[in-house]
Amino acid sequence: MTAKHLVWGACLLVPGLLVGCGGGDSNSGGEDSSSAAKPTSGGGGAAPYAALQTVAQERGLTPDDLVAAAKTFQPSGRHDDYLMFASDGHGGQMLVIGVPSMRILRVIGVFTPEPWQGWGYGAGQDVLDEGKINGKDITWGDTHHPALSETAGDYDGQFCFINDKANARLAVIDLRDFETKQIVKNPLSLSDHGGAMVTPNTDYIIEGGQYGHPLGWDYAPMEEYVSKYRGMVTLWKFDRDSGRIDQSKSFALELPPYWQDLFDAGKLVSDGWIFGNSFNTELAADGGESGTPPYEAGASQRDNDYMHVINLRKAEALYRAGKAEIIKGFPVLSIQTLVDEGVLYFVPEPKSPHGVDVSPDGAYMVVSGKLDPHVTVYSFDKIQKTIAAKNWEPDQFGVPVLDFDSCVEAQIEVGLGPLHTQFDNQGYAYTSLFLEPAVARWTMGGPLGAKNPEPDWTLVGKVPVQYNVGHICAAEGDTVSPDGKYLVSMNKWAIDRFTPVGPLVPQNFQLVDIADTGDTMKVIYDMPVGMGEPHYAQMIKADKLKPWKVYPEVGWSPETQSVRLDAAQKGKERVERNGTTVDVYMTAVRSHFTPEYVEAVEGDHIRWHITNIERAYDATHGFAVPAYNINLSLEPGEAQVIEFVADRSGTYPFYCSEFCSALHLEMMGYFLVKPAE
Amino acid sequence: MAAALQAIFGPRIPSEELATHRWRYLTPAFLLTLARVLLLVSIFVPYWAMELRAPQYPDGLHVQAYINRLTGDVTEIDGLNHYIGMRPLNDAAKLERTVSITMLIALVLLVEGAIYVHSKWTVLLTLPSILFPPVFLLDLYFWLNQFGQHLDPKAPLSNAIKPFTPPVLGTGTIGQFHTHASAGLGWWLAAAASVLTIAGLVFHRRAFKPLYDAASAARPGPVVPAEE
Repeated sequence: MTAKHLVWGACLLVPGLLVGCGGGDSNSGGEDSSSAAKPTSGGGGAAPYAALQTVAQERGLTPDDLVAAAKTFQPSGRHDDYLMFASDGHGGQMLVIGVPSMRILRVIGVFTPEPWQGWGYGAGQDVLDEGKINGKDITWGDTHHPALSETAGDYDGQFCFINDKANARLAVIDLRDFETKQIVKNPLSLSDHGGAMVTPNTDYIIEGGQYGHPLGWDYAPMEEYVSKYRGMVTLWKFDRDSGRIDQSKSFALELPPYWQDLFDAGKLVSDGWIFGNSFNTELAADGGESGTPPYEAGASQRDNDYMHVINLRKAEALYRAGKAEIIKGFPVLSIQTLVDEGVLYFVPEPKSPHGVDVSPDGAYMVVSGKLDPHVTVYSFDKIQKTIAAKNWEPDQFGVPVLDFDSCVEAQIEVGLGPLHTQFDNQGYAYTSLFLEPAVARWTMGGPLGAKNPEPDWTLVGKVPVQYNVGHICAAEGDTVSPDGKYLVSMNKWAIDRFTPVGPLVPQNFQLVDIADTGDTMKVIYDMPVGMGEPHYAQMIKADKLKPWKVYPEVGWSPETQSVRLDAAQKGKERVERNGTTVDVYMTAVRSHFTPEYVEAVEGDHIRWHITNIERAYDATHGFAVPAYNINLSLEPGEAQVIEFVADRSGTYPFYCSEFCSALHLEMMGYFLVKPAE
Repeated sequence: MAAALQAIFGPRIPSEELATHRWRYLTPAFLLTLARVLLLVSIFVPYWAMELRAPQYPDGLHVQAYINRLTGDVTEIDGLNHYIGMRPLNDAAKLERTVSITMLIALVLLVEGAIYVHSKWTVLLTLPSILFPPVFLLDLYFWLNQFGQHLDPKAPLSNAIKPFTPPVLGTGTIGQFHTHASAGLGWWLAAAASVLTIAGLVFHRRAFKPLYDAASAARPGPVVPAEE
């Protein structure tokens, strides 16, 4: 064998391999399996349409029904264009719904413990504890108004906030993992219908109080209603970097006990101002006990209530200058200060309104008095001129009440029981009509009005909805650049829309197609909501959200959005005893826990550190301990530490409560608690 | 001793010869240098890749083998492999991965040395790098076979999945997974380096054989064993 032979041998060998590999490469099986994995739709031709006709005839579907179905149906695997974040009312949670398919994609545990997510059953307890009132657990909430975080007046898809009207609390949800990160309890109020709304860059989250009571809710008899009872609006400072409300930079404004209702932040030209409304300027105070009419009538005697116009920039400057007094440990700017410094103004509004909505250009404030068939449109410019001209009369608290006529731009008769207004990209506004019930479309004025063919400030058309609509939600419909296309009518009553399920009937979310101009709106989907009574929702383009698929690193704490130093780690699983404290370091991976049995003695203080060390999308494990009220949902990478006292001896089989793998049932272990000596 | 060294290194190029036939002598050096560059670059790109597809993994699982490390969904694949009792992927070819960078640099240095050797010893210096790509695949086959044939009999799915050898190149099926293995850019660079080295050797022989023969004929005393 000589060198020459080797050379020629190598020459033959290498090209031979090249050819062999080339052949293997082109003979790829990967592409075949990938195309097979995706369901393919049927081809064209007449046959499918004949089948469609047969189905339509058999099921009694009209061509309109078929079009509606085609507009909302999502084939398997196709994602929705929009996500709608909806409150679920006294369910105390938040719903995430895909639009146009109207499918619920997530329930987010907020104020109410929710076992699927382990929310309150081992996870999120610190957050839920922030919502205690004077040390008492409050295990539900009445969620009302979700608010997506905004940058320059447009949704940025980073955070969502929601209020609890029942207890005046506010929650922060991080949209990287769709989990609640913070609950703040308002120390001044027990009632906060007027939240949550954000200022255009989410500097502040607005939380307006509702039913008047002494700030801090100390006892005061009804006779002292005018002197002691108060309304308020709180401005919570949001720190985007930490993803938390900074309570140390937050403050409130004292308001007359007029039962403030809803607020909205100004934008663009009206940036730096906030607007609210109220519905009991009558100061009805004793609910019929001494021969006066009940509140429903007592609070509806005057023709007008007051829109609140608040100079937020000035209020912020006063707070920073130390002009706030401290009530219940919280800074409050008094009515007197607000009046003296020109922060607070009122404008008469048709009585008992339910909504003040700022137009996309920030130039107009739309108010609907629910007992008046008009929407009233105020001009921000005219309000400013009226303030400058001091064209006002003070109310009994000394607050300037601006002249109505010099602030109003237009009043449009839209129908019976107008409530809330949203906007689209074609210069239309939409107002819910509770009594008709219907959604009205009308035209804006100014530059926005030029986007549609109809004259400004006129009713264009209505679409009946089933039934008793409260809020409506148009795609990005309260931002500086609404998308149009879809509107959801959130109906309080469904009556005959669904198969009966007993006397408690689901709410009905109806999807309305608002893409065309003119009187063309159509209901294209009915979605029953059977877990609470939703109020408001906000709808964001889905591609603005960048949610995580798995937590960024193994050992991640969703509560701090960082790696836990005390997280259980792979390869370091163990049980450590220190006196009567037992630290369990446990990992979960398909399809076993490590360690698989843990021994303790009755009375031991247990700190159970558990980490899901998976990195695969959707490889969630549960962790359920019977008789100890523990259930966790551990998403890939998530680490939790549960603390409890092993106060009952016994043999407790723990297991994975989220079906994780073919050997899921085998994913279990034993927690053995020896009786104390 | 000097004579032996001279026999190994071969004759130097007379300067007038280099001046007149510059490209005759530079071409082999150029080809071998290019081969060295390709080999060096191959350190930074994968030599081999496998894709696993199953309905539960719409995006597939991917693992890439560099000469010194594995990247991709190694944890997930290990997690799945534990069901069939296959050892963790990083347990394979530990020695090879530890020495691979040093070894590859040694190959590059040997080829560099080959440029200055003007005798048939050149072939010996370049042979390791020429054989490196097929040897890589053979070693890979050894480990895939080793791992696939030695499954833990106590694994949960040991009854369902019998020992097997995953294909080094091409497609295979394991449970609900379809696998596709292919050579990566790094391997193709090394293979191209082999081809360039062989081409370099041809030009090297063409350039230096006449010089070598002339020198051997002129040199008195014992000569190296003659070519056939």
